Amino acid sequence: MRASIWKVCNTCENSSIKETIARAHAYDTLLVQKGRYREFEILVDKPLVIRGIGYPIVDGEKKGEIFRVTSDHVTLDGLFIVNVGVSYTKDNAAIRVIQSKNFQIKNMVLEQLFFGIYLEKSSHGKVYHNRIIGEAVDEYNSGNGIQLWYSSDIEVLKNHVQGTRDGIYLEFSDRVTISENVSMDNLRYGLHFMFSNNDIYTNNTFENNGAGVAVMFSKFITMKNNTFRKNWGTAAYGMLLKEINDAEIKGNIFEENTIGINIEGSNRIKYTDNDFIGNGWAIRVIGACYTNSFKGNNFLYNSFDISYNSKLNDNVFEGNFWSSYTGYDLDKDGIGDVPYRPVKLFSYVVNRTPETIVLLRSLFMDIIDFSERVSPVFTPDNLKDAQPLMKVRS
Amino acid sequence: MLKILKYSFYDLIRSRWSYVYFLFYLALGFVLLFLNNDVSKAVITLMNVIIVLIPLIGTIFGVMYYYNSREFTELLLAQPIKRSSIFMGQYFGVAGSLTLSLVLGLGIPFVLYGLMQSNAIFDFSLLLVTGAFLTFIFVGLSFVIAISNENKIKGFGYAVLLWLFLAVIYDGLFLMSLIVFEEYPLDKFSLVATILNPIDLSRILILLKLDISALLGYTGAIFKKFFGTNLGFLISLAILLLWTILPILGLRYKAGKKDF
Repeated sequence: MRASIWKVCNTCENSSIKETIARAHAYDTLLVQKGRYREFEILVDKPLVIRGIGYPIVDGEKKGEIFRVTSDHVTLDGLFIVNVGVSYTKDNAAIRVIQSKNFQIKNMVLEQLFFGIYLEKSSHGKVYHNRIIGEAVDEYNSGNGIQLWYSSDIEVLKNHVQGTRDGIYLEFSDRVTISENVSMDNLRYGLHFMFSNNDIYTNNTFENNGAGVAVMFSKFITMKNNTFRKNWGTAAYGMLLKEINDAEIKGNIFEENTIGINIEGSNRIKYTDNDFIGNGWAIRVIGACYTNSFKGNNFLYNSFDISYNSKLNDNVFEGNFWSSYTGYDLDKDGIGDVPYRPVKLFSYVVNRTPETIVLLRSLFMDIIDFSERVSPVFTPDNLKDAQPLMKVRS
Repeated sequence: MLKILKYSFYDLIRSRWSYVYFLFYLALGFVLLFLNNDVSKAVITLMNVIIVLIPLIGTIFGVMYYYNSREFTELLLAQPIKRSSIFMGQYFGVAGSLTLSLVLGLGIPFVLYGLMQSNAIFDFSLLLVTGAFLTFIFVGLSFVIAISNENKIKGFGYAVLLWLFLAVIYDGLFLMSLIVFEEYPLDKFSLVATILNPIDLSRILILLKLDISALLGYTGAIFKKFFGTNLGFLISLAILLLWTILPILGLRYKAGKKDF
């Protein structure tokens, strides 16, 4: 039996996607022509390729879920899906994939959505080059752009997600690769990990989200070459790490965030070759962080480089460049001869009494910081970079 | 008044102090840009200089000029000229020439280093405006101090003390009170306390443009409203203007009542 091609258009014999799917056989292709299809709860229960020609609009008219994929080997390509129904009891999604393997979702445009792409207990799939534009206003009645729940071995590539609750959300999802996505203007997090291990995310951009990336309760996450920009606000972070162990954070750029990285209860993490530029706090350590190492990072013009709230330090700082380092290098080996103490007394004071932030950069604080730097009393005295670089690592 | 203003202005320029001041800023601007090569970084360093040095120089200059030109003032007082125009003329002469030195001294190197093309131009002009305000405020305050004290040593002492208080001690007391009363809601208090000191106010005004990401880190509705919108900027600018007017009014009042 040969795979056949079904043409779907408003004026054709097959004018409904739903009915055409029922008629089609496994491994057939549906070519959906340009037009508007007012359909929802479209069940894809056999391996099909559903391809849109000229971005046909699938309008759910706010009635409920739109595509539900329950079969393996399904490809959805080039559809424009709008008006997903908002529900407070069901997580309605534009595309929901349930327990299927080897699926591909690509070149889709999703607008006016609740949840965008929802992968449930699925694996070995690819979510590629989709554009998800939400209009979320409140956290309680908005959904996530791309959500992975108990899904593994999935690639999320080159998507653009904006205006949703969490741009990309992973829960209990292992071995997921997330690359070259742009996640911006989301209410909560650009990318959110919960109980997900061995995941990799690289070359993504996170801009102006509640927090860029929140990584929580996960192990062995690799984070490389991402850009975190302009995550501003009272509880806004470029990256929020909570209960993370054995991760690698390398080559990322943190620019103009209120807090570059907020670290809590995270151990054995390697921070290398990152750039922290113009953040309020480059790194804020809340507590219970042990055996982390910070090597070869650039700290440029942050209001505070490192903030610590305890006197105990078990983390290593070595070979970083600090723009506020004032030491000298007599032996000309490129490494400063005097250690640099990145924790200012002022950051300790601000931790205690947040209102004191209005004294930022005042002469009085500079004098106090200087005296604390000479003889540390309040800040951990072994917290120092003994080999600060003289020149910016390029 | 304009005549006296002109006289004071030319007098200062002739006395070479204006040149020294101008050259100092010129050198500072060039050195900063030479070492940093980055206009926005230089603006941050410059801020520290501006909020500490300008008040100091304004104060010392104001007191010095008043005491030095005392004899001339007495001569003028013998003429049929309004008192307020004599003192206003002198005040604007001093403050004007200091501001001119500042604006030219810092402006020239920055313009030469391509400020016009960089996006730091707004930060930089804000810096100069604040500097000008601070000059006017502190020259005014020092004139008031000088006119109230016949004794030069005392006058100098008070003027320097005023600077020391506003630049350093005030912040110390401010910080201490914040820490002592940390159990209470303090955001209103801290904003009001900032506004009450022109140096702190100018600092905040500049920080609103430079370190906004850190200022937004604190959770407080009032802070958020103040720092997060243009409201804070406008209020700070308005209060700075008020700070400039108050010493001038004080000077007029003192000058009108004083028995020479």
